[in-house]
Amino acid sequence: MELALSAEDAAFRDEIRAFIAENYPEEMRVPNPETDLSKEQMLLWHRILHRKGWIAPLWPKEYGGPGWSITRRFIFEQETSRAGTLPPLAFSVTMVGPVIYTFGNEAQKRKFLPRILSGEDWWCQGYSEPGSGSDLATVRTKAVRDGDHYIINGHKTWTTLAQHADWIFCLVRTDPTARPQSGISFLLIDMKSPGVTVRPIITIDGSHEVNDVFLEDVRVPVENLIGEENKGWTYAKFLLGNERTSMAGIGRSTRYIDKLKKIVKAEIAADDPAHLEFLRDIARVELDVLALEATELRVVAQMARGIDPGPAASLFKIRGTEIFQNITELTHRAIGNYGLAIREHPVSANHFMPGPDYGHTASEKYLNSRKLSIYGGSNEIQRNIIAKAVLGL
Amino acid sequence: MDIQFTEEQELLRSSVQRLLRDQYDFEARRKILGSEDGLSRRQWRAFAELGLLAAPFSEDTGGLGGGPLSTMLIMEEFGRHLVVEPFVETVVLAGGLIEQLGSEAQKQACIPDIIAGTKIWTLAWTEKSSRFDFVNVTTGALRDGEDYVLTGDKSAVIAAPWADYLIVSARTSGHRHDRGGVSLFVIDRRAANLDLQSFKTIDGRRAAEISLRGVRGQLLGREGEGVPALEACRDRAIGALCAEAVGAMSELNSATLEYSKTRKQFGTTIGSFQVLQHRMVDMFIAHQEALSLMQHLNLSLNTGEAGVARLASGAKSKIGYAGRFVADQAVQLHGGMGMTDELNIGHYFKRISSINIQFGDPAYHLLRYAQLDTAA
Repeated sequence: MELALSAEDAAFRDEIRAFIAENYPEEMRVPNPETDLSKEQMLLWHRILHRKGWIAPLWPKEYGGPGWSITRRFIFEQETSRAGTLPPLAFSVTMVGPVIYTFGNEAQKRKFLPRILSGEDWWCQGYSEPGSGSDLATVRTKAVRDGDHYIINGHKTWTTLAQHADWIFCLVRTDPTARPQSGISFLLIDMKSPGVTVRPIITIDGSHEVNDVFLEDVRVPVENLIGEENKGWTYAKFLLGNERTSMAGIGRSTRYIDKLKKIVKAEIAADDPAHLEFLRDIARVELDVLALEATELRVVAQMARGIDPGPAASLFKIRGTEIFQNITELTHRAIGNYGLAIREHPVSANHFMPGPDYGHTASEKYLNSRKLSIYGGSNEIQRNIIAKAVLGL
Repeated sequence: MDIQFTEEQELLRSSVQRLLRDQYDFEARRKILGSEDGLSRRQWRAFAELGLLAAPFSEDTGGLGGGPLSTMLIMEEFGRHLVVEPFVETVVLAGGLIEQLGSEAQKQACIPDIIAGTKIWTLAWTEKSSRFDFVNVTTGALRDGEDYVLTGDKSAVIAAPWADYLIVSARTSGHRHDRGGVSLFVIDRRAANLDLQSFKTIDGRRAAEISLRGVRGQLLGREGEGVPALEACRDRAIGALCAEAVGAMSELNSATLEYSKTRKQFGTTIGSFQVLQHRMVDMFIAHQEALSLMQHLNLSLNTGEAGVARLASGAKSKIGYAGRFVADQAVQLHGGMGMTDELNIGHYFKRISSINIQFGDPAYHLLRYAQLDTAA
């Protein structure tokens, strides 16, 4: 499905397609980029986009954005995702960047924004804590003022790719006496500070994506506070809104459905009754994608006319994650007995993996995608948001 | 419907429970998984000493005559503890086939070692393109004197890296889809011209791709009778795997319930939220239904009722879907913790996912259930 594009926008789309075809690094085309690439490899495409000036479509021109219309931003998102390129690190570009240029001071903008754009700084997110998951406002990591510094003590968890990070943006409690939402501040912490410890969390697919981050008497200069003290919740909510808009994942789902079709064709004989069942299951999920894509296009068209989409992001998050979980499950089923096998991490050519190449990551994708309905605000929380904000319940 | 267990059966259940409680907690299991072998031979001997490996065999073969009901009791407890040692493969599959098809000499030669815990067995029937179909066999067997010589490849054979002996299906006549041309053979896993490539499975077991390039094997049963024997064997295996799945579901439900009563968010326990209460009620119902159907199947296997094949497929499908629902929701309700390798929840999820593949997924068996309906 396509937006009805003007001639200029159509040319823009073709330009992006050609750029990806010519420039996307071959070595980044691995079975599972999120776990199989080194930090340096992950940054290859980031740097290419940066040189082209396309690294931060969302950002205003004055901070280094390309100055695209909403329609063009959407086209870019759609084309890069359909082509299966690894998106630039969301924690840097989509999350903390906009918080800094929206709520940060001039010095912070000058210091951090160029390094985010260039890929020099890798950011991670210090939001969740063991006791604060869905109920984020109860974060307990303490920040106590000591002259020109805050002293931080606490435990952040589910911190994605913290093992690579140079900086972490954290929600910390600066006023323990206020209402939970009112006592939180938004603080930028150098991961090299004494007292910061990263501990890997291995997930059920065997991979290392998330971590615990322990903060023990970490001294953070007051100049790293974003905006006002105790206003952090406002900035956090702003950021979460950005996190959820990208979760429809149409491009990714479309690619995985194409792959699933090839697997079904190769694995299941056309006269096997299971073949027809797969065709039906695939058709059903394809229609789910089509309906979500149409919804996304409708919202984009509204936004282009200046209409606030409201909590559409929650709808995208719920359906986008459910759809992708379903696709990974069908793919895992399609490879039959080889679904028993799983790659060992860290991935190495020394580990034998049975069956055809296209099945090698099916088990880990199936297991890993269970997280989608949990993270970024669980799907239960997203339904609460729609119930309250849309239905008025 | 609740089975009235005999005193002997209750004794079997409580002794398995005691053994696993004392020796097979989650940490002990983690050590076993991380060991080079990936199973505990010491634990296997302990199962033998307790009589578990003898329990289902008939008394004439040196067993305790407990049949499918003793297997059910054992496997339900194994499911609760996520036991990785190959009870189903050795006792239910190989042991069952030898007992059903073997000559007196073969029974005498093989079953005592299984019961004593000194030999591990598995069944190799899957091939690259077989999917869940016993008939679709390309591995060939040619007669050579008293023996046969096997050539072909077997795929994703669970427990093969641990096994001393394999029962292998191979074609003695007919084309690839000819039902009457498949036979079963016993081969020594260390035999000449047998090559094995091992890998880890999602549920922490070991499996292998097996290449046979002129491997000597001994016929088990009669030529051409492999498929019906495998079908009967699968029904028994399904009885065992469903019991295991039900044991796992029961642990998932109690762990999730417990977590929902202690985990606090928004100033209250998450178990106080109605949406999660209803979810857990559905998980409870799914387990209750699965338990009933699983017992019903094993009772039918025990009395050898007609129509048990259809019931087995029905149970595999229904319990497969129920298990996935319970496992999905258990992970979801545990939040990020459910995604970790550290907590047992994800390991139950993976075992249930693996059971759902073994001997055919829930969709496959749903269709088979429909096809075996004589009224349709």
